[in-house]
Amino acid sequence: MKKIVSIITIISIMFMLLVGCTTSAETNEADQDSQTSTESSKIKIGIIQPVEHPSLNQIREYIIKGLEEQGLADRVEITYRDAQGDPSNINTIISQFTGDKMDIIVPIGTGTAQSAAAATKETPVIFAAVSYPVEAGLVEDLSRPEGNVTGVSDAIDVKQIFDLAFEITPDIKTFGFVYNTGEVNSVAAVNKAKEYLDEKGINYVESTITNSSELMQAAQSLAAKSDAIFTPTDNTVASAMPVLASEAQKAGIPVYTGADSLVADGGFATVGIDYTVLGRQVAEMIKKVIEGESIENIPVETLKEYEKIINTSTAEQIGIEISDEALKEFKIVE
Amino acid sequence: MSLTSFMGAIELGLVYSLLAFGTYISFRILNVADLTVDGSFVLGASVSAVFALGGRPVLGLILALLAGAIAGIITAALQTNMGIQPILAGILTMTGLYSVNLMVMGGRANIPLLNKESLFTYAEAVFGSSAYRVLTLILIVFSIFVILNWFFRTQLGLSIRATGDNESMCRASSVNTDFAKMVGFAISNSIVALSGALVAQMQQSADVNMGAGMVVISFASIIIGSVVIKNINITVGFISVIIGSVIYRFIIALILTTNFPPSYLKLISALVVVSALSVPSIKKKMEFRKLRSGRLKC
Repeated sequence: MKKIVSIITIISIMFMLLVGCTTSAETNEADQDSQTSTESSKIKIGIIQPVEHPSLNQIREYIIKGLEEQGLADRVEITYRDAQGDPSNINTIISQFTGDKMDIIVPIGTGTAQSAAAATKETPVIFAAVSYPVEAGLVEDLSRPEGNVTGVSDAIDVKQIFDLAFEITPDIKTFGFVYNTGEVNSVAAVNKAKEYLDEKGINYVESTITNSSELMQAAQSLAAKSDAIFTPTDNTVASAMPVLASEAQKAGIPVYTGADSLVADGGFATVGIDYTVLGRQVAEMIKKVIEGESIENIPVETLKEYEKIINTSTAEQIGIEISDEALKEFKIVE
Repeated sequence: MSLTSFMGAIELGLVYSLLAFGTYISFRILNVADLTVDGSFVLGASVSAVFALGGRPVLGLILALLAGAIAGIITAALQTNMGIQPILAGILTMTGLYSVNLMVMGGRANIPLLNKESLFTYAEAVFGSSAYRVLTLILIVFSIFVILNWFFRTQLGLSIRATGDNESMCRASSVNTDFAKMVGFAISNSIVALSGALVAQMQQSADVNMGAGMVVISFASIIIGSVVIKNINITVGFISVIIGSVIYRFIIALILTTNFPPSYLKLISALVVVSALSVPSIKKKMEFRKLRSGRLKC
């Protein structure tokens, strides 16, 4: 009995500490990421992110920024939670959101979107950065979502990327793919790439990895077998992109990627996604819902703008010359 | 904390208490930290998801139990027949399971089960009330508890417990310790897999990466449980695991309710486990001090 009393004491002390910290943290955080207000007339929006990640953070920031730009800053109350890479926390966060009667739930990423969709059939769920909403079971028809779920997909336009590749480096006979088999988005993008290359009659080889430490070997073996490498928006590859970039540069072959950040880290070129655009598009969609539009009239959107991005120092390293004329089309990173 | 998140914490606490049951068997009873768990949890989830997708959710749960048992037997065989160190054996099985899980899921990393039939949709039809998930989980956890409680008092169960306590003495008294370990790990991992299977059907998706950190979660539950209730025997031990698991979920839910910067979440959960771990030792020291100062007369 004594033990139980002492434990209760310890736990309650911890919570008091926690609450103490919270009040001070709140004042600091208030400006940056959430406007905490107790007014009940405000529209409550819960944003959930699965893990700290530069692209995901950028999406969240631009959703909030986008809402401000739409003139909604005073009308909404944003709560933001992050599961810190622990999938079991996602359900806890979602049940808090539904418990707190959020008016709109905004999950960033596929897993969080699935949990949100599973948890509620009434609250509008507007996802951000789910590349393949149909494959993820979120909607059956992109153009006419039936339930309470819609959002903005960040599917990369695989065709555009390969068209770009054949335009700049037309001599490619074999493409090499490198990606993590555990990432849904990567697998789906690579499958689309395979379809497209089959159509065009171009060969491909692939190396799959399960964590970033395996990337070097995968990159070396691919570089030996292929004339160009393609990697989708793969988080595992992204975390060690410089490794892939340097192996490819050694072999003198270009790396086409699915995201702009991968080009910045030494990849060669992409027709990529700008996550600031994505965040703003989600904000626009939230506005529609606030204005009373029903979900079924809001089709799932893909990105409005794709950007052509090229890394000129990589181009120099692998000896590809691009005319100044052509360069005008690109956003350049060095 | 709202009622929904209160119920949510109890649901998660219950479903993850099965995970903690499994780890309790390997960690406390067999005295081995079995890292297979991170893999067998996902194995259960993927088997159950594949069958739920095919319209057979209950069969999926049963086969998840079986698949988990096989994973446990492999880890045990690596330890006993091939003489690989226990921790390493667990890591090896877990690593191998990653590919197996992808294979089970047909090369996909994620299986969505939205609007598919699951054990919980059946339960909703039976119970009807909003508490159907909690009721289902209470039933399942209670039956697993009863079965384990019975099993670890049978001849075989007792020899598994004895193997964990003192392997060489056990062997000397002609217990087949290799067999005992094998059964122990099989049961442990089958319950872990059941936990994963239920999580998948409850959150309506299975993901190949959902096992990350499961060992830590289950240790935290076991440790918090053992602090709250002193483990005098195996029945109390299993009960403490359930309570520990629910308390852990409440702590996480409370941390998430506050506007604490989310990046501190992991640090706080680590601190919770550390404080739970250190309570017994601090208490012992305090008692020792009392003894020295002569205030406590024995």
